[in-house]
Amino acid sequence: MKGSALELVSVTKRYGITTAVDRIDLKVPAGTYCCLLGPSGCGKTSTLRMIAGHEAVSEGDIIIGAANVTDLPPARRGTAMMFQSYALFPHLNCIDNVAFSLRMRGVAKDVRRAKAMELLKLVAMDPYAERLPAQLSGGQQQRVALARALITEPQILLLDEPLSALDPFLRIKMRAELKAMQKQLGITFVHVTHGQDEAMALADLVVVMNQGLIEQAGSPREVFNRPRTAFVARFIGGHNVIETSAGPIAVRADRIRLSRSEGGHLRARVRDVEYQGTYVQVGLESPAARELTAQVGEAAFDAAPLNPGDEVAVSWGEADIHRLSPAA
Amino acid sequence: MKTKDPFTLPAWAQVGPFAFVFGLFFIIPLAFVVMVSFWDYTEYSLVPDFTLRSYVETFEGCYDQLPGLCTILKTYVSTVKFCFLVWLFTLLIGFTIAYFLAFHVQSVTMQMTLALISTIPFWTSNVIRMISWIPLLGRNGLVNQGLIKLGVIKEPLEWLLYSDFAVVLAFVHLFTFFMVIPIFNSMARIDKRLIEAAYDAGATGWQTLWTVIIPLAKPGIVIGSIFVITIVMGDFVTVGVMGGQQIASAGKIIETRLGALQFPPAAANAVILLAVVLLIITAMNRVVDIRKEL
Repeated sequence: MKGSALELVSVTKRYGITTAVDRIDLKVPAGTYCCLLGPSGCGKTSTLRMIAGHEAVSEGDIIIGAANVTDLPPARRGTAMMFQSYALFPHLNCIDNVAFSLRMRGVAKDVRRAKAMELLKLVAMDPYAERLPAQLSGGQQQRVALARALITEPQILLLDEPLSALDPFLRIKMRAELKAMQKQLGITFVHVTHGQDEAMALADLVVVMNQGLIEQAGSPREVFNRPRTAFVARFIGGHNVIETSAGPIAVRADRIRLSRSEGGHLRARVRDVEYQGTYVQVGLESPAARELTAQVGEAAFDAAPLNPGDEVAVSWGEADIHRLSPAA
Repeated sequence: MKTKDPFTLPAWAQVGPFAFVFGLFFIIPLAFVVMVSFWDYTEYSLVPDFTLRSYVETFEGCYDQLPGLCTILKTYVSTVKFCFLVWLFTLLIGFTIAYFLAFHVQSVTMQMTLALISTIPFWTSNVIRMISWIPLLGRNGLVNQGLIKLGVIKEPLEWLLYSDFAVVLAFVHLFTFFMVIPIFNSMARIDKRLIEAAYDAGATGWQTLWTVIIPLAKPGIVIGSIFVITIVMGDFVTVGVMGGQQIASAGKIIETRLGALQFPPAAANAVILLAVVLLIITAMNRVVDIRKEL
């Protein structure tokens, strides 16, 4: 299997008078793990469904490899989709689920079952070949869904919130499996999620979307360390967005310093204190910046404990200031 | 559940009322029918006995006439033929309507409204409904006159009323609803993403229908089929009226015997009919195990 590059050229999706996706441009290099990240209603799912061919594009073009696939049906785009909650056929056992698309193409039964068995082996589900989806756990269903999507040897695999049906423990396990599988196959993955931790853990390219627009696209490190807008800084988490005379700035929560002394950049009152293990999260209220969060190392916190109601001075180093573009 | 004993008072209280109704009005009468079917009879009395007379008389001459068909076999062939035709048409029409309701109508309110509209045939009594076919399908009825005026035919069509066609038409009109509701119910439970998944896998519309929708709608199809088949097998009023009293039916045999106060042969015919219906349903259960599917 070989990945293809994906390119969106001013792709737009309108439903009646509402614009779900507004002229977005995006280039995803071949073999990239790309996460579309954003809150619900931001247009990430519409974008994925347009790439898959399950949603017509109102305007713009979708290019996969060298081909413009904008008007092609899903099966002729070289993409395969892994659906939210997997959409495995409940009346078919694992092997027939995986072999489904070959059956639709008229591939002979023994050939397609042999091929399906290969893919079930790939995802370590071959002992369960004869089971029905209802007899499998969530993680096992996900593996079968992955095998089903991969049987057509797609160049791009599209995943619609693949981990949302799993409990938190399994989610972390399966996300590691997805990442490993993507590295092994070398194909392009486009993964829709609303969880920033998921995007950070998996992606080579994080695309943060909001209100039908791409706010920022870049590596997880880029997006986390240099959020372009206040929205990205807030959504990606771990940042404080502070209005200053020179425009809005973002400061990472773990770079905020608190002290009981006078001075500092801001005065604030401690609202809550949460123990998180390696660090203590201190919620602050300040007239200058609605709410602030500081992550204080456990040892540092113990040296100068704080309680809700305490007045503190908030400060940060010049190097930790990250200027945000004033728009949005 | 902490209790292991299912035979607690609340359990009995819940099962009791329906078990009572079922026993009193179904099991006991059925047992009586089976019992009476083995009784002897004269012109004016029933004689408690254990004799196969009623069964023997019912099938009288059937062996001698082979390979020709005796009356009872002819009647059953005719009834089963109606049954098959009505089943086929109600299934095709009912499946189409259910498909439309489940996959093309977006709002639940609209789905319910349209489903209720298909109950309209039940708003009038069976007799009035059947009589109203006469001005429509009769020799000088609306259809014949319309076709003559349009120049499609010169002579009125005789087979529109009091014919096999009329019987099937009346049944289909009435019982399509019994197919629509269970099939719609099965289809409404199909996750729409399954259809997208099939499309994603390159399935055409027909392939999706055959490989995804029909297998998943099977329980509804079987339940609807059982409704239609049991009703049509036992009906004699519709066949009588729409067939102009010229078409025999399994139900009609029972009615005639009852009319003549010959209860044992009536009961024997009822038992035979029940056996045939059970046979058909068992055969269908072989195709789809509804206990498993539900």
